Amino acid sequence: MTDYNFAYLDEQTKRMIRRALLKGVAIPGYQVPFASREMPMPYGWGTGGVQVSAACLTPDDRFKVIDQGADDTTNAVSIRKFFEKTAGVAVTEKTSEATVIQTRHRIPETVLSEEQILVYQVPIPEPLRFLEPKETETRKMHALEEYGLMHVKLYEDIARHGEIATAYAYPVKVEERYVMDPSPIPKFDNPKLESAALQLFGAGREQRIYAVPPYTRVVSLDFDDHPFDPSKADHPCALCGAEDSYLDEVIVDDTGRRMFVCSDTDFCAGRREDAA
Amino acid sequence: MTPLLDVRSLTKTYGSRTGCADVSFTLYPGEVMGIVGESGSGKSTLLNCLAGHLEPDRGAVLFDTRADGPRDTLRMSEPERRMLGRTDWAFVHQNPRDGLRMRISAGGNVGERLMAVGARHYGEIREAAEDWLDRVEISTNRIDDRPAAFSGGMQQRLQIARNLVTGPRLVFMDEPTGGLDVSVQARLLDLLRGLVRRMGLSAIVVTHDLAVVRLLADRLMVMKDGYVVETGLTDQVLDDPQHGYTQLLVSSVLQV
Repeated sequence: MTDYNFAYLDEQTKRMIRRALLKGVAIPGYQVPFASREMPMPYGWGTGGVQVSAACLTPDDRFKVIDQGADDTTNAVSIRKFFEKTAGVAVTEKTSEATVIQTRHRIPETVLSEEQILVYQVPIPEPLRFLEPKETETRKMHALEEYGLMHVKLYEDIARHGEIATAYAYPVKVEERYVMDPSPIPKFDNPKLESAALQLFGAGREQRIYAVPPYTRVVSLDFDDHPFDPSKADHPCALCGAEDSYLDEVIVDDTGRRMFVCSDTDFCAGRREDAA
Repeated sequence: MTPLLDVRSLTKTYGSRTGCADVSFTLYPGEVMGIVGESGSGKSTLLNCLAGHLEPDRGAVLFDTRADGPRDTLRMSEPERRMLGRTDWAFVHQNPRDGLRMRISAGGNVGERLMAVGARHYGEIREAAEDWLDRVEISTNRIDDRPAAFSGGMQQRLQIARNLVTGPRLVFMDEPTGGLDVSVQARLLDLLRGLVRRMGLSAIVVTHDLAVVRLLADRLMVMKDGYVVETGLTDQVLDDPQHGYTQLLVSSVLQV
């Protein structure tokens, strides 16, 4: 334990990240550049999220990590162990008991409170990236609020598929100013972006941090005649019977049988415990 | 009558070399101005300076804005200039690949400017796109095809539709018929002439093709080495060239 500084990063680095976080909170949805460090894991495994978590954690925190909603997948387990080892913080799988939750691709089903911080791992922070390849130009577009191009993408979806087919990383407008990529969460989770908890986004490879402070207005972009629809699979969960949670489709044998189960393992287990 | 565009001693140098020097002219609403000259004579530099793509060293470009009358576009803030660029101005590139989004369908290309100025109704955007594809003689069942699947002439017509959809008042064209074969050129010119007349557009057309200006332009400016060497009514300049270079230019046209 004493081999590492608390939470792995040195204090100067954490200070630098906290400064970026403060700026991000002050300008909701704005991508703040920061000097991302090499972390002992590959890019794409949550290096941004881990750095933000490291800068936020205190010895009293209770830490939870989810990957696609699950507490027991490789990414979640290894990041949880990383902070158990380097920060010695308590960990939990219960959403309601955690004070800091690092997440990849999901927002927990349980409603978050003001005492909690949700840290997202972000692969590509720039919502305009695949529409306008020049970073100088996208920054200018953010600065001048020129977001027509974002709707061109949605237009293409409808023209090609008859509906807005973007199902994850669905672009949102934060506090009527910045268009933001909410990281690849399913669009089902977009309404939950308006939350009591502080939401922080870290992109390690891209060296960007952004934030959505509590109770910030977050609107999913859409057309007047094609309104935003937070869709999900039209099934109840096969394990707990929940009809209002986001479901994973699981193929269970080689004859094509499948089942739909909650992607949030803690939520599903909790419901089954309550029922028993 | 207030000129739509009033250019005063516009100068742009690239280090010690001259891009364009001391260019002044006025353009009135509904008028088409042709700029001709050989390669390297500063035509494109001039056009890019006028359209705000390049920053000139000296001079003024006064544009008669809808809201506040004539204003110097070079002294406008960047957001204002970019707003002009997608509402009252249009820029048709020589290579349609520069002016189109190749990975986005024809409908999306036409709709982009509408969405950029705040259109948020899919049905209306699509209707406008269909209407404009029809006007530039592209079959509306190609609306969901990408420009990469279009021929060169169709791409150029699509670029024109995309630019004119917001009803601009001033169109900048850089060699609009370059790289097209003669029969396609003829159709495109015919189309352009019709659109310009019907919409009452003003346009500045840069080209090295004298046939293009003969058909499209009311007035003509001949450039050489960055300077304007001759100006006048198109027919007058082409039929009775005064400057030695213009005489050479006119006599160099191949007769078939």
